[in-house]
Amino acid sequence: MILLENIEKTYGAGETATTVLQGINLKIEEGEFVAIMGPSGSGKSTLLNILGTLDVPSRGKYLFLDTEVGTLSQDQRALFRRHILGFIFQGYNLLKKTTSLENVEIPLIYQGLGVKTCKMMAYEALKKVGLEDRIFYEPGQLSGGQQQRVAIARAMVAHPKVLIADEPTGNLDTKRGHEIMELIATFNKQGITVIMVTHEEDIAAYASRTIYLRDGMIEKEVNRAS
Amino acid sequence: MLRNAFFQALREIRRNLMRSLLTAIGIVIGIASVIAMVNIGKGASKSITQSVEKLGSNTLYIMPGQQRGPGNRGAIEIPFKKKDLETLRSSLYALEAISPVENASMTIIYKDQNYRTNIRGVENDYLVAQNWNLQEGRAFDKSELRTGQNVCIVGQTVIKTLFAPSELILGKRIRLKNFSCEVIGILEAKGANTFGSDQDDILLVPFSLFQRRISGSDNIHLMIAAVKENIPLVEAKVQIERLLRERRRIDSANEDNFSVRSMTALIDTISEVTTILTIMLGAVAAISLVVGGIGIMNIMLVSVTERTREIGIRMAVGAMAKDILIQFLIESIVLSGLGGIVGVVLGVAISFGATLWLDIALVIDPAITMIALLFSMLIGIVFGIIPARKAANMNPIDALRYE
Repeated sequence: MILLENIEKTYGAGETATTVLQGINLKIEEGEFVAIMGPSGSGKSTLLNILGTLDVPSRGKYLFLDTEVGTLSQDQRALFRRHILGFIFQGYNLLKKTTSLENVEIPLIYQGLGVKTCKMMAYEALKKVGLEDRIFYEPGQLSGGQQQRVAIARAMVAHPKVLIADEPTGNLDTKRGHEIMELIATFNKQGITVIMVTHEEDIAAYASRTIYLRDGMIEKEVNRAS
Repeated sequence: MLRNAFFQALREIRRNLMRSLLTAIGIVIGIASVIAMVNIGKGASKSITQSVEKLGSNTLYIMPGQQRGPGNRGAIEIPFKKKDLETLRSSLYALEAISPVENASMTIIYKDQNYRTNIRGVENDYLVAQNWNLQEGRAFDKSELRTGQNVCIVGQTVIKTLFAPSELILGKRIRLKNFSCEVIGILEAKGANTFGSDQDDILLVPFSLFQRRISGSDNIHLMIAAVKENIPLVEAKVQIERLLRERRRIDSANEDNFSVRSMTALIDTISEVTTILTIMLGAVAAISLVVGGIGIMNIMLVSVTERTREIGIRMAVGAMAKDILIQFLIESIVLSGLGGIVGVVLGVAISFGATLWLDIALVIDPAITMIALLFSMLIGIVFGIIPARKAANMNPIDALRYE
């Protein structure tokens, strides 16, 4: 479904230019659960941002179902994120002083759905992550694990094809971290492709395939037959 | 999308209620003062016009010299004589009444009382032209007018000042510097005129007496004429002008060396002045609107910076640049629009209060109210566009990483 060919990412120009990614070739099939690992500065976040179309490659091809994503305009990339991708972040990135329901509604609002439909779908999504009794809570009133669940509900509410997760358990203790991973794994089993950056081996263990990056290049790939 | 942006904006304003209120106050004050200024200006203009009309919309003022601008008469000023007055009176059917008028400010004495008042030399037609009735006594008779006998008609203020409340007034003699005159009539109270001076502070004497004893000349510097009700003022004016030009032998190449003015001309001048004043005051008030707008821009820029992360999140879940632009633009429009609504209410309240306080007509101009409301929203757009563009042009990754 996703095909990266010779992806290169360079920041700056001339002598100060730093190459963060080079020669990345990667193929991700629909329904896969891919973990990206690597030390700090290995380019794993940049790769994830490129996959999430928040960033664009300097060179190379990014094909999504035969669509050249790398050359899309800014608005087209926004539409791509709106309809195809879901995001969860290490720091949850929920809107402050905004209820869970309102947070989860946001992607639906940008899809132009009616008020009632938005509320219904947001409620359903929160129910799936087990927070149907917390819909009117604001992030400040929720624990870290609960906040990440709201974030997952927001990522999943518009039924995306791919879930992009940037260290989803980074701010959580081991127990909550595994609960979140179980949740993500459940969505993966329902057919959603998951691409996740992590630096914890036991979190990466949820993935069917782990890609190790080093100095902007793919060092090795480990397949976990499950 | 717009609906959602609107509710989102209301939520955002409620979230930072204090800040929003303080920001909107700039717009509230601006809109309120524009509306109040315009309404009060129009109300004052209307009141002045009304009371000038009450003074006599059928009255013409005939004076020597040509009015070239407000208060600036031409150089040549040939006064009228008694013959001019009599010719006008006898030849013009259009005139209901015509009287010469001459004023002086003098001290009058009654018993041990000194009082400075306005002495006005007139004929009986003055009372007709001014629509002024006698409360007691009688007007001047023919021989009194012709020979200028020592008689006078007094106004209410003079009476209150000089006489005891129960004192019999008619027949008493009042001294004016070197002569005294008998009170033969008492004028009805007329109150203050449009410009606030007391019209009852007056003592009328026969015009011939005034000429002989006070001015010491046979010149006439002002004649007041009342035009018959069914005759247009302009027509009477033209007739008077034609007659005077003829009498003064002014050929067609030369301008009038006299002027015939009506209250309507005065009304025009007054409304011109009040219009200019209204525009000036409105313009000053409009400046405060601009200041209010800058306040909105300032707070929106702060808000955009504070909410950088939110913008990043929204972009990550699929908001296009234009969605972000619209969101912030609507927020500033709602903020300034709400300020505008409160400002309109406040402005109308101030206008209403001012009409009671200043005793002028209540005018609520719907046009300026609508314009003010639209303008407040326009301010939201004009001063909101820079912050909104700043928000919309953010790079999603940088915005997401912003701490």
